[in-house]
Amino acid sequence: MAERYWQKEIETASREEIRAIQDERLVKTVKHVYDNVEMYRKRMDEAGIRPEDIKSVDDLKKLPFTTKQDLRDYYPYGLFAVPTKDVVRLHASSGTTGKQIVVGYTQNDLDVWADIAARQLYAVGADENDFIHVAYGYGLFTGGFGLHGGAGRIGATAIPVSSGNTDRQITILQDFGSTVLCCTPSYAMYIAEQIKAKGIDPKTLSLKAGIFGAEPWTEEMRHQIEEMLDIKAYDVYGLTEIMGPCVSYECSAQTGMHVNEDHFIVEAIDPETEEVLPYGVPGELVFTCISKECCPFIRYRTRDIGVLTVDKCSCGRTFVKMTKPKGRTDDMLIIRGVNVFPSQIETVLLRMGYSPNYKIYVDRVNNTDTLLIHVEMNEDMFSDTVAKIKEHEKALEAELRSLLGIGADVKLVSPGSIERSMGKAKRVEDKRKLIGG
Amino acid sequence: MSIRQISVFVENKQGSLVKITDVLAKENIDLRAMSIADTPDFGILRLIVSDTDRAMEVLRKENCIVTETAVVGARLRNEPGALATAVRVISENGINMEYMYAFNGATPHHAYVVLRVDDNEKVENLLLENGIKSITEAQVSEI
Repeated sequence: MAERYWQKEIETASREEIRAIQDERLVKTVKHVYDNVEMYRKRMDEAGIRPEDIKSVDDLKKLPFTTKQDLRDYYPYGLFAVPTKDVVRLHASSGTTGKQIVVGYTQNDLDVWADIAARQLYAVGADENDFIHVAYGYGLFTGGFGLHGGAGRIGATAIPVSSGNTDRQITILQDFGSTVLCCTPSYAMYIAEQIKAKGIDPKTLSLKAGIFGAEPWTEEMRHQIEEMLDIKAYDVYGLTEIMGPCVSYECSAQTGMHVNEDHFIVEAIDPETEEVLPYGVPGELVFTCISKECCPFIRYRTRDIGVLTVDKCSCGRTFVKMTKPKGRTDDMLIIRGVNVFPSQIETVLLRMGYSPNYKIYVDRVNNTDTLLIHVEMNEDMFSDTVAKIKEHEKALEAELRSLLGIGADVKLVSPGSIERSMGKAKRVEDKRKLIGG
Repeated sequence: MSIRQISVFVENKQGSLVKITDVLAKENIDLRAMSIADTPDFGILRLIVSDTDRAMEVLRKENCIVTETAVVGARLRNEPGALATAVRVISENGINMEYMYAFNGATPHHAYVVLRVDDNEKVENLLLENGIKSITEAQVSEI
């Protein structure tokens, strides 16, 4: 099937053309925030940078970073670059770790968002004939409205199911003939499990593709979802601070997500030294919004670790690609001094034949960190003899040790006993209490 | 010949066993024999039941992890020394036994022992040479 693009001209533009657009829009955006946002004006003045000093993307590195803490400090509207009469929508992120943050959108911002969501839908082969089943939460969370806007833009039929009530999700998948499912990967997995438990053959559904994001997941999980639902599963990336879903989008190549570079400039930096890293080197992703009106954050630090590449993509798109983020630096656990991402544990579980439903318990006993992973038993790993089960368990522990670099204990639990999430899965319980810390 | 045994995964958590036995009770499934292998982390409940297929089906429906294994069901005379004979035959022929458990039938003359070995047919033949018969799956419901 020939590749289809929502906005072919820009999606397949030469690197020079993309660069020229970025230069022009960056200059304009920097002037916009300098004139309208006190924080940026102050910081640039303090650093001795005039808006005129920013002439191209090359000058980006002169500008200070924006962090989540800045959004909290200027909560709620302190970083808006337009008067609230021009703001037509608010979204917020609850943030599991702190005070919520809020972002605003002008009508123009929403139009851009709908376009980039439309690019994502076209990239997975959807068009006006499709039924887009949006099982991301609707509300202040950007997930639901983001994909919904894209569906409207391409003239597809949006089904705004929102998250939760899995029985109803499955009935709608069957009765309404949903062709594209949009939700978090962990919820897709749960829906797939429930479809299997009900004895429904996925081939009887009209589903052909899934757009899954908002939390880190693994290639192994992608394969499992694809097999269980008989679909192609695509990754999508975004965050409320920058726009919501579809800041970057995956194409038919399924090897990373194209960053919408006409709207966002992406950099990878060393999180410690804050130095900009070359393509191909893993680093913290930093985004600068260059077409937004209300919240055009400059060099926003995502805490997501990813790798950027600019190689030619088989889909014909020329935007830089980013890998699936390995995890947010916020999700990263430091156990006995070793960095551990939950996604690494997930990779091992799936590779060793276990389900991706797991929960990580971290504790500190006698001043030593302990890592315990609850893993759901399945029939492939079960046996009538203790020796055989232990053998599988030992193999899993050995694989975990080899990949993580530290030992982990595994506890096998009943299927379904680990709490399922309708949105972002809560994978970690850290019970460490630092004395005097 | 052999008979069908169901093994069920039991998480080491209060109420796990109740759930399994309740499911079987509700479906009117009769337990002929049972044993539990326990470890600090989990247990394996092994069952010989009146209707294996239905038991597997209802347990799976309740999200239990189950597996089926063919085991030897040896019928022994209910008297001292009968089990010793059976075990000696297996041991002397160098056969590896994973586990075993015994149960009584409805009649007082016989006792039964479930044997989990590598080669069911070989064990059944060896036992028969020593005067010990093994039961078939069809005979399970008659016990």
